[in-house]
Amino acid sequence: MLSRVANSIYWMSRYLERADNVARFIDVNFHLMLDMSLSKDETQWYPVIATSGDDEDFNKRYQVADERTVVKFLTFDDKNPNSILQCIYRARENARTVREIIPVEMWEKINELYHLTQAHSRKRSLADLYDYYREVRMAGHLFTGLMYNTMSRYSGWQFAHMGQMLERADKTARLLDVKYFILLPHGEVIDSAYDAVQWGAVLKSVNALEMYRQQYHSINYRDVTAFLLFSKAFPRSVIHCLDRVASALKSLDGHGQSNKAETEMAVLTQKIHGSDAAHIIASGLHEFIDVFQYNLNLVDEAIYETYFKV
Amino acid sequence: MALESYKVDGFYDELFRKDGVAHAAAQPLIEQIDKLTRNELKRRQKQAEDILYQSGNTFNVYGDKKGTEKILPFDIIPRMVSAKDWAKLERGIAQRIQALNLFIQDIYNDQKILKDGVIPAEMIFSSQCYLKPCEGLSPPKGVWTHISGTDFVRDSDGEFYVLEDNLRCPSGISYVLENRAVLKRILPTAFQTMKVRPVSDYGDHLYRTLKHIAPNGKDDPNIIVLTPGIYNSAYFEHAYLAQQMGVALAQGSDLVVEDDKVYMRTTAGLHQVDVIYRRIDDEFIDPEIFRPDSLLGIPGLMRCYRKGTVALANAPGTGIADDKAIYAYVPKIVKYYLGEEAIAQNVRTYICEDDADRKYVLENLDKLVVKAVNLSGGYGMLIGPKSTKAEQKEFAAKIKARPRDYIAQPTLSLSRCPTLCGNGIEGRHVDFRPYSLYGEEIFTLPGGLTRVALKKGSLVVNSSQGGGSKDTWVIGEDGVANV
Repeated sequence: MLSRVANSIYWMSRYLERADNVARFIDVNFHLMLDMSLSKDETQWYPVIATSGDDEDFNKRYQVADERTVVKFLTFDDKNPNSILQCIYRARENARTVREIIPVEMWEKINELYHLTQAHSRKRSLADLYDYYREVRMAGHLFTGLMYNTMSRYSGWQFAHMGQMLERADKTARLLDVKYFILLPHGEVIDSAYDAVQWGAVLKSVNALEMYRQQYHSINYRDVTAFLLFSKAFPRSVIHCLDRVASALKSLDGHGQSNKAETEMAVLTQKIHGSDAAHIIASGLHEFIDVFQYNLNLVDEAIYETYFKV
Repeated sequence: MALESYKVDGFYDELFRKDGVAHAAAQPLIEQIDKLTRNELKRRQKQAEDILYQSGNTFNVYGDKKGTEKILPFDIIPRMVSAKDWAKLERGIAQRIQALNLFIQDIYNDQKILKDGVIPAEMIFSSQCYLKPCEGLSPPKGVWTHISGTDFVRDSDGEFYVLEDNLRCPSGISYVLENRAVLKRILPTAFQTMKVRPVSDYGDHLYRTLKHIAPNGKDDPNIIVLTPGIYNSAYFEHAYLAQQMGVALAQGSDLVVEDDKVYMRTTAGLHQVDVIYRRIDDEFIDPEIFRPDSLLGIPGLMRCYRKGTVALANAPGTGIADDKAIYAYVPKIVKYYLGEEAIAQNVRTYICEDDADRKYVLENLDKLVVKAVNLSGGYGMLIGPKSTKAEQKEFAAKIKARPRDYIAQPTLSLSRCPTLCGNGIEGRHVDFRPYSLYGEEIFTLPGGLTRVALKKGSLVVNSSQGGGSKDTWVIGEDGVANV
């Protein structure tokens, strides 16, 4: 497969997963606020920006972080490279350059999502956008379904899969971070009466509530953290996603010796496999996620060096 | 109902006879359409447009910041070609393509046709399309134009005339396939009652044509489509064709020449390329030989081609047989190489370089169509009967200044085809471009692109000037299955 094409497939899939997850971020925050009867003031929306990693950009261009500005910044701001609109635009531009490789329906789905986004892009209130976020998440499911059911498992699939799994690992970790941030900006964790409701909302936003309940039955922050980071069985957990990336790298490598991408990946997976929820909570989830993200970037760079750079 | 008040207005009509009765081949289609109300037709038209829009084969509207995108206008009423007409077109095209390939081979090698005085040598050497670097080239199996798309128009006498041979990188085939796919969904019953010949196997034919020229008859050659990139207006077609053949779509930057072989940069290292279906114009394919400022091409490509390590479709240099002034000589070219009379008719063409012809052209600018020999897409054109005195004056000056750059032809009365317009169904002028492949033999896809001038009375069918397209139904002989 052409290196340029592999790169585009990887990013097409990453950007779509990113758009899907940003929609989930907004959704979980919205539900947390409703459940806790919090007012729409600044303190409740800023954490979403903080965990997105784009707080610097936001602070430069917006005065306040309220529902309106945060929704605009994360959804339709065309100057924010990680807004849903920009992610979908970029996913489509990448898809356009690989149209000959991906099944027709995959292209059509992305194209449709792009036009849907354009049609909604003047709306600003959450109430008006609720259905749109749902559409974005559903498009994510459809896209993944098409990928799984219609693409041969050659390198194109491996790159698409890898892009999706890396992005999802990153975003699942950040999603946990949103919740920590909103209630416990200083890092200490306590059990509260609201826990079941709040953590339930987090689980729901990643379609994990039912699966979690089957495993742990009752909701508390330790088990939710353990589940979203370390459940090998749950397909959105960080560890599951990373194992998928490692296995995709393995199938791409035809020569038997491990390359730079595999080496960096091994470093990252060892780190995750060597930790546990209790330890992470004790030493600070936010700090853990920072380090995790740094290592994730190294993997991304190594993939670029190994496969895409020409 | 929908066709109740349709008038042919004295033009040759693709679906109706002069007396207003449908052509025999078109009868079942007309019956189907006539059953539909105007609103139902409009609904289906809208449905077709939605399908095309969703498929994403759209253009950005120039200068529109909101990123508005549009489809190439499409009309749901198909154009038909009878089995008898098609058989003649097919023979005419095959003859022409065979002769033109012999001509190109001769021009870049022995130049017998010039020595025999059939074509004035200066017509060749003054052409911008004559490429010196191609001298002495002899492409595999003597084929230069593997892919071509001959432009025809039908005049009021009902006869098809060749307008252009399009031997370089003809585009539009993807519309033929997409339009058909859409129409099968929009007018399914009409298909069931008629023997419309299939076009969906074009990708297969194209693949076999390209495989045929693989160096050393390689069994599993690495074939690619080469595109200028995503910003090219035909990019969607390049991707579409790569997809139809299941081959890689590469840009110049994906390819590299090493040891006189072409390689593509893959995730598993360099991989040799055997056949390139290039959709980049001659002058851009190799900056070492042609335009040095080209960023689209591959330095060293021509070297590899000469050595025979890679095959190109089409071969470089084919434009010489596509020059609008050389076109005038095609009947002579057919006669010279094949000893036969041309089956497909040329339009009478006046060569402004020729003194007698130029005199006639300058005296009859208000009656003729004047064309720049090296421009396409409806640019650089004067349509005499529809032009102003000032425009005629401007062209007279241009012709006098650079006679070699212009030809003129009588204004044809282009045939019309019923077309869905704001006020119901009206006749609009159409042309026709069937697509041919020259591999083991010459194959013409039974179908083609019918372009339609959507503006009332307009004769310009180019999409850049308000033209749209229609599906084209070539009707099979009895017993040919409807697929």
